[in-house]
Amino acid sequence: MDTLDISRWQFGITTVYHFVFVPLTIGLAPLIAMMQTAWVVTGDEKWYRLTKFFGKLFLINFALGVATGIVQEFQFGMNWSEYSRFIGDVFGAPLALEALVAFFMESTFIGLWVFGWTRLPKLVHLATIWMVAIGVNASAYFIVAANSFMQHPVGARYNPETGRAELESIWALLTNNTTLAAFPHVVAGSFLTAGTFVAGIAGWWMVRNARSGDADKLEQARTMWRPAARASLVVIAVAGSAVLLTGDIQGKLMFEQQPMKMASAESLCHTETDPDFSVLTVGTHNNCDSVVHVLKVPYVLPYLAEGKFDGVTLDGVVDLQKTYNVKYGPGDYRPNLFVTYWSFRAMIGLAAGSVLLLFVGFWMTRGGRVPDQRWYSWLSLLAIPAPFLANSAGWVFTEMGRQPWAIVPNPTGDPNIRMTVQQAVSEHAPGTVLFSLIVFTLLYGVLAAVWFYLIRRYTIAGPDEPARHDGPPADEQLSFAY
Amino acid sequence: MSLAQFWFVLIGILFTGYFVLEGFDFGVGMLMPILGKGSDTRRRVVLNTIGPVWDGNEVWLITAGGAMFAAFPEWYASLFSGFYLALLLLLVALILRICAIEYRAKINDPRWRAWCDAGIGIGSWVPALAWGWVFANLVRGVPLNGDRQVVGSVSDLLSPYALLGGVTTAVLFALHGAIFLALKTGGEVRDSARRAVRVLFVPAAVIAGGFALWTQLAYGSGWTWGAVAAAVLGLLAAGGATTVGRDGWAFVGTTLTIAAATVLLVGSLYPNVMPSTIDPAFDLTVDNASSSHYTLQVMSWAAVLVTPVVLIYQGWTYWVFRKRLTVEQIPAPTGLPIKRP
Repeated sequence: MDTLDISRWQFGITTVYHFVFVPLTIGLAPLIAMMQTAWVVTGDEKWYRLTKFFGKLFLINFALGVATGIVQEFQFGMNWSEYSRFIGDVFGAPLALEALVAFFMESTFIGLWVFGWTRLPKLVHLATIWMVAIGVNASAYFIVAANSFMQHPVGARYNPETGRAELESIWALLTNNTTLAAFPHVVAGSFLTAGTFVAGIAGWWMVRNARSGDADKLEQARTMWRPAARASLVVIAVAGSAVLLTGDIQGKLMFEQQPMKMASAESLCHTETDPDFSVLTVGTHNNCDSVVHVLKVPYVLPYLAEGKFDGVTLDGVVDLQKTYNVKYGPGDYRPNLFVTYWSFRAMIGLAAGSVLLLFVGFWMTRGGRVPDQRWYSWLSLLAIPAPFLANSAGWVFTEMGRQPWAIVPNPTGDPNIRMTVQQAVSEHAPGTVLFSLIVFTLLYGVLAAVWFYLIRRYTIAGPDEPARHDGPPADEQLSFAY
Repeated sequence: MSLAQFWFVLIGILFTGYFVLEGFDFGVGMLMPILGKGSDTRRRVVLNTIGPVWDGNEVWLITAGGAMFAAFPEWYASLFSGFYLALLLLLVALILRICAIEYRAKINDPRWRAWCDAGIGIGSWVPALAWGWVFANLVRGVPLNGDRQVVGSVSDLLSPYALLGGVTTAVLFALHGAIFLALKTGGEVRDSARRAVRVLFVPAAVIAGGFALWTQLAYGSGWTWGAVAAAVLGLLAAGGATTVGRDGWAFVGTTLTIAAATVLLVGSLYPNVMPSTIDPAFDLTVDNASSSHYTLQVMSWAAVLVTPVVLIYQGWTYWVFRKRLTVEQIPAPTGLPIKRP
């Protein structure tokens, strides 16, 4: 393998790893803020216990999100220095804004929230978790804006004297139509993840308590876990609809702005009018050498592309490749067809896992029922990883679909603002990058195991007993200490 | 002052903030096993002095890196790809520290805590040594070729001056951390922190003094003598104030020393951001490495508007958690046992 391949693997591994933890943080922070608000407003103890319980899980997760995020910030310069030189003038701005506006906010206020239970007045303490929730979502906005520039560069011009892309309008950059579609999609996906996480754990606990045969525990299932489960199912319903809607908007943009990505997502090799949506393909070779469409659905694809059921002509991979060869010189402009095709389907299919839990969960808890079926606790647990995997699949599709570009040329923008990953990578010896790849992979592997162990242990341990009230400290002891 | 110069100063300020704030975080982590020897509660007192703030302190580095990327992309690209292995080492250390701090109390088991303490130790010692080494190399110059790539071998980066730089930040951060602990704790922990200050003071003064003089004589300009003087003054004030038990003033003293040392290094670098040891024509300078005027303008507005707000809420956090911490205030461990009961 050469430096480019290793660098791509490294960025892929570290980013996918980062984005296992990030959506849970983005979605769970507002949900915890809502639980705490419910407690402060109603004084109902169950919301306090749920806030504390999910707060613990949130913090276990937050640590790894922070730890892996630092690597991302450094990695552009370390492994993609030519990219950083070419695009730093534009790309650096949202990154710096993210740190200045969002990272300071979330990291400072999370400290206040964790240690401030007995140090701050109730309402001020509530405000701190809302600041965290705003901060994590703001950071998502800025980083998605940076990524969207790579997918659809706007607000910049090419300066032939310096050979760099230079920022022309920060407003255009921050209101990139790709950003405005991708950011809500990412946030909706994060709420779907967190909603499923809470609904899954609450569902599992509900069944567990209902089966225990203990009257107190059954009461807890009815009064605490059932409302928590139903509230988070509402979150899934809203977030799921938003995922669908924003995904559709994003898809239409992609057909227009990145036709190669969508052609590969559909395994559409040759330009066709009103092609069918492919559900299953088989092929021995990648990139249109031999692709056999096994299962197809009509009308879906024209609708996805342009919102019409017929009269839509879509470019195929082979024809686009020819066009790009003329436009951008010789080269292979096709992404990995296999990965883009299947990651797109995995994203949609896995997100449906949450929707299944949504319908089954509402049915099982209808009219005050508390389910005690063992299969429901299994369904609850198995639904939890689905949105995580869907998030990963979605990002793998987005990022691998833009290959071989690091910056995809904007069809209606400055054609000089484009860069292949080959041009973007640093001039390191393969061994150097391989070494860091191995170090990160091993370290991340160990930390993932620790993370899973802790999340599992604390989920099984359940919430603390309600006895511990957070009033003014009686004996000056800290309410929380590392 | 041009906008590029303004951003050079601003990045200098961001690194100053980072070294002053994370300086004592690293110091606390470095001293935790020593001051808390034999008592988990004492170790927890030490660690919890930075409990609510260390995460926010670390963001100063992220922001400095982001600002570098936005304002001086050429600098960011050459520095981060040129110091590849050093940064890899730093990243691993920082990751270990973050997870070790957050996960330490989650499981109530001596071996679990010992692993986390090792993580906190490595995560504090490695950056404390590495930062001085990186900055000293930056001031001294690196083998930067005409394509703005750092060439040559690792041994180029192991000059006596650079190694002394690493030792300097380590002892200064340890001293800064000890003084911070003396300020933030009471009782037995405060006594041992004050003993640590006395032990560390003379070595820190000698090493840092030597490094400052070397920097000034080899790379400094006229005005940086002012930074050297401020650093010395701060150190003397820290020593004097500790002797008479004025912890707050001692902390002001080491804060001044670390800030002045950063100013000395960054000031000695100017007008370069990354001098080349191969040919001065290859130097990266404030002018030839900066972003376009428009980007710098946008970023300046953002910095001017947001930075004061950040300073206010970070300052407020320190105010909220201003009380001294003692062993009596540490609650019983609430972590789960290693095995299910």
